Amino acid sequence: MQLTDSRDIQADRATVWAALLSPEVLQTCVPGCKEMSGTPEEGFEATVVQKVGPVKATFKGAVSFSEMVEGQALTLTGDGKGGAAGFAKGGAKVNLEDLPDGGTRLTYEVEAKVGGKLAQLGSRIIDGFAKKMADQFFENFQNAVEGPAEDSDAAEGAEPEAAEKKGWFKKVLGA
Amino acid sequence: MPKDQGIGASSKRREDVRFLTGTGNYTDDINLVNQTYAHFLRSDVAHGTINSIDASAAEAMEGVVKVFTAKDFEGVGGIPCGWQVTDREGNPMQEPKHPILAEGKVRHVGDPIAVVIAESPELARDAAEAVEVDITELPAVIDMKAACAEGATKVHDDLTSNLCYDWGFVEENRDAVDQAIKNAAHVTTLELTNNRLVANPMEPRVAVGDYNRANDEHTLYTTSQNPHVIRLLMGAFVLGIPEHKLRVVAPDVGGGFGTKIFHYAEEAFVTFAAKALNRPVKWTCSRSEAFISDAHGRDHVTKIELALDADNKFTAIRTETYANMGAYLSTFAPSVPTWLHGTLMAGNYTTPLIYVNVKAVFTNTVPVDAYRGAGRPEATFQLERVVDKAARELGMDPAELRRLNFIKPDQFPYETPVAVAYDTGNYDATLDKALELTDYAGFDTRAAESKANGKMRGFGIAHYIEACGIAPSNLVGQLGARAGLYESATVRVNATGSIAVMTGSHSHGQGHETTFAQVVADMIGIDESQVDIVHGDTSKTPMGMGTYGSRSIAVGGSAMVRAAEKVINKAKKIAAHLMEAADADIELKDGQFSVAGTDKSVAWGDVCLAAYVPHNYPLEEIEPGLEETAFYDPANFTYPSGAYFCEVEVDPGTGKIDILGFTAADDFGNVINPMIVEGQVHGGLAQGLGQAMLENCVYDDNGQLLSGSYMDYAMPRAHDLPNFTVDHSCQTPCTHNPLGVKGCGEAGAIGSPPALVNAVIDALHRGGYPVEHIDMPLSPSRVWNAMQSVK
Repeated sequence: MQLTDSRDIQADRATVWAALLSPEVLQTCVPGCKEMSGTPEEGFEATVVQKVGPVKATFKGAVSFSEMVEGQALTLTGDGKGGAAGFAKGGAKVNLEDLPDGGTRLTYEVEAKVGGKLAQLGSRIIDGFAKKMADQFFENFQNAVEGPAEDSDAAEGAEPEAAEKKGWFKKVLGA
Repeated sequence: MPKDQGIGASSKRREDVRFLTGTGNYTDDINLVNQTYAHFLRSDVAHGTINSIDASAAEAMEGVVKVFTAKDFEGVGGIPCGWQVTDREGNPMQEPKHPILAEGKVRHVGDPIAVVIAESPELARDAAEAVEVDITELPAVIDMKAACAEGATKVHDDLTSNLCYDWGFVEENRDAVDQAIKNAAHVTTLELTNNRLVANPMEPRVAVGDYNRANDEHTLYTTSQNPHVIRLLMGAFVLGIPEHKLRVVAPDVGGGFGTKIFHYAEEAFVTFAAKALNRPVKWTCSRSEAFISDAHGRDHVTKIELALDADNKFTAIRTETYANMGAYLSTFAPSVPTWLHGTLMAGNYTTPLIYVNVKAVFTNTVPVDAYRGAGRPEATFQLERVVDKAARELGMDPAELRRLNFIKPDQFPYETPVAVAYDTGNYDATLDKALELTDYAGFDTRAAESKANGKMRGFGIAHYIEACGIAPSNLVGQLGARAGLYESATVRVNATGSIAVMTGSHSHGQGHETTFAQVVADMIGIDESQVDIVHGDTSKTPMGMGTYGSRSIAVGGSAMVRAAEKVINKAKKIAAHLMEAADADIELKDGQFSVAGTDKSVAWGDVCLAAYVPHNYPLEEIEPGLEETAFYDPANFTYPSGAYFCEVEVDPGTGKIDILGFTAADDFGNVINPMIVEGQVHGGLAQGLGQAMLENCVYDDNGQLLSGSYMDYAMPRAHDLPNFTVDHSCQTPCTHNPLGVKGCGEAGAIGSPPALVNAVIDALHRGGYPVEHIDMPLSPSRVWNAMQSVK
């Protein structure tokens, strides 16, 4: 299955790029991620617990970056083995572009593939599951960068300082 | 008056007492002292190279006995194929090695890689998760035509291509068929798929291996339709165990439908491992595992052309079929699309020229083999669909076009152009019977009522012929079978007159214990309760070939009759001695031997007692005891046939089909137990209609099985089916077996799919949607989409 979506993030491109390469951000953003270690250059080892329809499994696998164009694009690839549950593989091609208001538009194309019992039992729900995972990942990512939208009306509207509210990642960077 | 005993009586199924009260003895009910449990670790990719297997962590786990991989099977044979097909050039088919556990490569999702043996099934399953298998996934070939393309990924690197064989039948007729099609007044062409199915017997497969070191004897308990065949294949070709040291027991078996004919890796594994560990080893298949390890059925893609002359007589048939073999050759796989399919392409008709081309293809899917009907449903479906299409194109009544081309009763025995000779049949009679039972004349009125209710009503006809009672051994030997196909029986009379019949047939739901007893009891004239049927144990029964292809009563029943005749002949000699009369004057009726023309008689029980207590006995002429064995090798196949009518209503808004009526008028020859025959037809119809409406096995492009559970693989349920009208009063007895029987086990599954599809296409045409064909299963979405495509 394949799906494409985009998100507008209230942060400049350099900040978004740095967040994409951060292991801490990655661990927070991968839904169900219990452990993650590694570096963007070497790739990450991850343990993820997920339930796909009737199959609950602990996936052990690798997350890696490729096709990196500094500040513009990268491909995130994950490959997890779930033991008796089978395997899941997925990738997201991420593109960044400036928005006129100083924010960044993050576009992603997601591809997912499952095998073994996950495919045997979960095929009818796998597309929905992959979409949910991707949406959740980039939702988490947006929150990590921007900080949660505590009061979304306010955030988008009248009070300009709301846009200044920092996500924890920005705080860490001191940006 | 219906009989209440013997041949022709609807005796109640005696085996149902245990089946319906939970007291059957199935393989999974067998537990041996010190037993271990096997869990198969199976590939979750369709095609890949095994780089390494590390079982050290699993073997270190508590309760784990051992982890087996392919390296434990060096020097052990692969799983053999029981039938060799020769291609159009006269070359043998390509036959890849089929190891017990994957060697170097995995070739389908479900291919076994390693087996964990532990003290409980749960420990084995948990430990399997700790086995580290490193596999590099390779591109998978799933689509048959893509698998045949130049440069396609090969399933087996050591074969020249993915083509198992390219078979032509009858090759000498090829040019004549081409010419006839060129010269025809009309040619009807149809391309169709016979959908891949999973057999899904109620009881999944189970195997228990046991080994006795004291006498070097192996025992395999297994869910098999033919324990002797498993003993022969596994003993001689896989493990090298002499037959006198190998016992195979197939106790109560909960349905087979073909998929329990074959010799499977798990059977060889548990037998091997029981000796290696010197402990019993049990494997119980889960339902999920069955979907990826039981041989699948059907999976043909066919183009058929039917040529007709100006008088609407069929002049030629030409077909081209791609048949999926899956990743390895299952036991009888090569025979299904060839000798069990091509030979049936004449159907009920006088078509003089037929050419069948079949390309059998390896793909990265579960092996495909015989499934209820095996080749004959595929032949019947394409033929009856194309005849129906021809009738529509020619503006003829589909029943009349069939009748015009039927082989007529006075033409039997009838030599077809596809190697088989039908001994008897009366196709007009079954057609007339079905017409009578369905009120064909009143259909237009009913269709108008449906229309008034916003529904589209349709009527579908299909005729079938099938070849049962496989088969004359010398014939199948010429066709590539690597086995004989006789059957055996021993009739053992006890001293007090009761009887045990040891049959080489196997019952896995068919009711042999009842039917076979009826035959022997009837021959002697004693109560059915005096006869017991013993089957399913190589240590108890003579060498038998088992049950498949609706062969039990026609071949196994005939062997039993021959053995019973030998017993009766000997008993007559004893009776003659006891009554001081000549052998030739002795008559047996109602359990009494009498001297013709006198009032002298002696009871069956007294003769039996004399045989075992031979105080007053002609010992110088005959031996004591009363036990005889017979082997029966049939002279021909048997040819049941029938007319199946289906009436449906289609909802134009949703494409949903309702089957309103289904009539089966069958000719099974003589019938032993009408109730059991009716039950067999009901079951066959449910499976055939399940294929036509619901069931479908789906792989994605990567070879992942998407329809791998009952959430996605739709089995027929009672509410999907109508009340069937079943009739078997048209009887043209088989001429070459002693009971005049033909077999009824598969008919329902063979004749019903085309009847249903023809009915739906008819409904759509009447409703203003000129759809020519919809591939099975006819789910609402497929029907609805087909309707939109012609709007």
